[in-house]
Amino acid sequence: MNMNRRQFFKVCSAGLSGSSIALMGFSPTAAQAEVRTFKLARATETRNICPYCSVSCGVLIYSTGDKSKNSQAEIIHIEGDPDNPVNRGTLCPKGAGLRDMVQSANRLKWPEVREAGTNEWKKISWMEAFDRIAKHMKTDRDANFVAQNKDGVTVNRWTSTAFLASSAAPNEAGYLTVKTIRAMGMTSIDTQARI
Amino acid sequence: MTNHWVDIKNADLIFVMGGNPAEAHPCGFKWAIEAKKNRKAKLVVVDPRFNRTASVADYYAPIRPGSDIAFLGGVINYLLSNDKIHHDYVKAYTNASFLINDGFNLDDGIFTGYNDEKRSYDKATWSYQMGEDGFAKVDETLQNPRCAFQLLKAHYSRYTPDMVQKVCGTPKEAFLKVCEYIAETAAPNKTMTNLYALGWTEHSVGSQNIRCMAIIQLLLGNMGMAGGGINALRGHANVQGITDFALYAQNLPGYLAVPSDAEPDLKTFLDKKTPKMLRPGQMNYGQNLPKWYISLHKAWWGDAANKDNGFAYDFMPKLAGASDVLSIFDQMYQGKINGFLCQGFNPLASVANKKKVGDALAKLKWMVVMDPLATDTSEFWKPHGEFNDVKPEEIPTEVFRLPTTLFAETSGSFTNSGRVIQWRWKAADGPGDAKDDTEIMASLFLKLKEMYAKDGGAFAEPIQKLTWAYRIPNKPSPEELMMEFNGKALADVVDPKDPTKVLVKAGEQLPSFAMLRDDGSTTCGNWIYCGVWSQAGNNSARRDNSDPSGLGQTLNWGFAWPVNRRILYNRASADLSGKAWDPKRTVLKWLGDKWGGNDVPDMRPDAAPDQNVMPFIMTGEGVGRLFSLGLMNEGPFPEHYEPFESPLDNNPMHPKNPKARANPAARVYKGDMEAFGTAKDFPYVATTYRLTEHFHYWTKQSRVNAIMQPEQFVEIGEELAKEKGIAIGDKVKVRSNRGFIKAVAVVTKRIKALDVDGKKVHTIGIPIHYGFKGATKPGYITNTLTPFVGDANTQTPEYKAFLVNIEKA
Repeated sequence: MNMNRRQFFKVCSAGLSGSSIALMGFSPTAAQAEVRTFKLARATETRNICPYCSVSCGVLIYSTGDKSKNSQAEIIHIEGDPDNPVNRGTLCPKGAGLRDMVQSANRLKWPEVREAGTNEWKKISWMEAFDRIAKHMKTDRDANFVAQNKDGVTVNRWTSTAFLASSAAPNEAGYLTVKTIRAMGMTSIDTQARI
Repeated sequence: MTNHWVDIKNADLIFVMGGNPAEAHPCGFKWAIEAKKNRKAKLVVVDPRFNRTASVADYYAPIRPGSDIAFLGGVINYLLSNDKIHHDYVKAYTNASFLINDGFNLDDGIFTGYNDEKRSYDKATWSYQMGEDGFAKVDETLQNPRCAFQLLKAHYSRYTPDMVQKVCGTPKEAFLKVCEYIAETAAPNKTMTNLYALGWTEHSVGSQNIRCMAIIQLLLGNMGMAGGGINALRGHANVQGITDFALYAQNLPGYLAVPSDAEPDLKTFLDKKTPKMLRPGQMNYGQNLPKWYISLHKAWWGDAANKDNGFAYDFMPKLAGASDVLSIFDQMYQGKINGFLCQGFNPLASVANKKKVGDALAKLKWMVVMDPLATDTSEFWKPHGEFNDVKPEEIPTEVFRLPTTLFAETSGSFTNSGRVIQWRWKAADGPGDAKDDTEIMASLFLKLKEMYAKDGGAFAEPIQKLTWAYRIPNKPSPEELMMEFNGKALADVVDPKDPTKVLVKAGEQLPSFAMLRDDGSTTCGNWIYCGVWSQAGNNSARRDNSDPSGLGQTLNWGFAWPVNRRILYNRASADLSGKAWDPKRTVLKWLGDKWGGNDVPDMRPDAAPDQNVMPFIMTGEGVGRLFSLGLMNEGPFPEHYEPFESPLDNNPMHPKNPKARANPAARVYKGDMEAFGTAKDFPYVATTYRLTEHFHYWTKQSRVNAIMQPEQFVEIGEELAKEKGIAIGDKVKVRSNRGFIKAVAVVTKRIKALDVDGKKVHTIGIPIHYGFKGATKPGYITNTLTPFVGDANTQTPEYKAFLVNIEKA
């Protein structure tokens, strides 16, 4: 039989209610009662990858809603993806806690700034954040950009602002990051991957 | 990994040293258990702690942290003196027969060319003897005393079993038993896989630890084989991908060289960096560098990169010298860095010497943290009791904290340790106003571009001309980005042998890097990823897990770089005539007119065996290197050096030469040398490690992980606990010369004292996962203790061997 995991759950729950009703002598068509279905059967299933170690285990994320434009999905369960040839449905104690990571009490929800010398965070808008940061970047770049070295060789680099990159970001974010910061002339670049 | 996770099941021996996969990579370690169950494979573990990998091993041997080269050098000596090598393989597929420059020598632990003021080598003599024909000279009998094989033999003859015991503290019998297991895989149809992780890399000699294993695997003929290879069990789920995309200074995407001040124009750069052919008839695949490099410039700067301006060669910033986390924080500490953008990285916790890192951050004018979570780093300025004792009023750094999405909230690809690129789909939005890293980078870039357009400023051309053909400019989609780094044809790509034959039509996605051109007619943002999004679509999203060969190759699952090849150097899995060394595990064989089998050939498909094209196609000589020429900074053969903080006063292999005590080529900054402690004040060896329940400094933010392992502890052996009057559960203070931490003592039988060079050496194990932010109990940051010195090649800090003292708190 050719079916995916969700269809499998649906068939199982349907089969269970059908057969037990028949067992009790009711006609299936007249039955009003329903056996409780497996609750993930109605969730939306999304394939993703555990972000922790480099085994990169396949995971199935179950969320509420059907991903339509005006529905807000909430992640209700994460488990190993049985189709993934490496982890074959398993997760370790790190990955088994993934839902608590997504819903960590320490998730950041809005941009903030800590002004120089103060002892508190202040909520700011994205627009203010981008504006202030870009100004800082431009001021430092314009002041410290090195177009030529002392021998007159064109070097076009900006060393006085540093960038440390995540190794948990996807390839596409890594690519856009390296593309933009190199174009700005940055050379003080490193990644978590080194350590 | 040269091989991949599932391939571990094909091994006859799983040799784990410098890693602890049962706890750090549990779901990958399953394949070691499969090999034990189904192939009767053996599992051998060498580690300072009897960890959970050791607990299921067939054999375990203890070792003093930081003495791995002495141990592995001993293995090399054992294999050579007991004639346990794969002769045909060594002779044909390695540089054993190559003659080495007569000037090359080792003198009491120091190789030829050392400059002790600069702490570096002139590597001129670390080279082949070149013949008049322009190729390296060889002696196929392997008898010439200057051939790499004889030099290797002489070099490691000093690494006797007695010396191993003296340096490593490993009982001689245990060492010899490990050697016997390893030696069995010298048979052509037996393979050993080697699994290592940060236990090898986080040393001042980290890269040379791995070089030792490369030499061993070449001697045994295990490279390219199913169940063989050198397999790094890496960190984060996309640590491989981020390394491949070169989010660091010394390379560009796909490990391309970066222009430096010594290469003022494109021609000089390409001439210098394109490798030369060292033996006749080899592939020397690196000779295609100009195609990869120019295609990168075309991907980034489009029409602004053309033949007339050297494809915008000057748009790429030239390397400014050292730029790794240690050097960046040292420059910051010296006040040479004003701004700092920190993307999904928690350096206050994860970089050596927390005090120095915190003081460095306090010298910044501004810092931007982009992270899904409130990290320790983002609050380096905030008092958190004894765990972060700072005065905010004295810290002038302006700190921005921008919320980003997590894995479940974005689409895009991750590359696992086995180089398999796999697509992920977004499941839900991030909380509140969180944005994707791509949107944040794009928005900052576009803002800056707008300011330069309006106000002008320093050299804005590379910013103004950067290609930006994204449908929504501030939200480049992962699909658009993957298509871009895969690359496409700008004009028809034709067959060089028959220009009337069009291989790829203008505008089409490229199927492989073999289609890249150096005339500006192709784009490619990362040549090794070329093929991941071909005309067939997103190959990383393929989900056919069928495995007809039974080897676990699953060639239609995701897409592996390069060109979907699952086992690197797989040509070496067959003999010179093209027959598999082990027909039961055929990876590749010669089919009469082409190479075929169960993988994408790592060889020109039509290179008949009698053409003698050798398997290591990225080297100019086509063979694997026992002698690594000038590629390593501390020598062409690994030599044992003590950790910078060692319980011994000198290097037992060179007791009279203080220059050869610790890695002579390792970089040590002013002030950091002074911050090293000595055994007089800090008599115990410390090594950091990871727990099954936690991942780095990340899962401390997750409630269920915090419940499983709630609090910082340190692990000590029973004998040391008795000596110091420490009982299980006592609060202890662990000090190094850089600071102290307090934690709960866990007393175990897992770490035993070893007898090293006539001295009893105790080791203390310190898990790394805690800090002052998170769901776990607030605690000290382990890296308060660690030394600010790294490997001489990678600058990865020496977290795995340093000195501490311990007392009841």
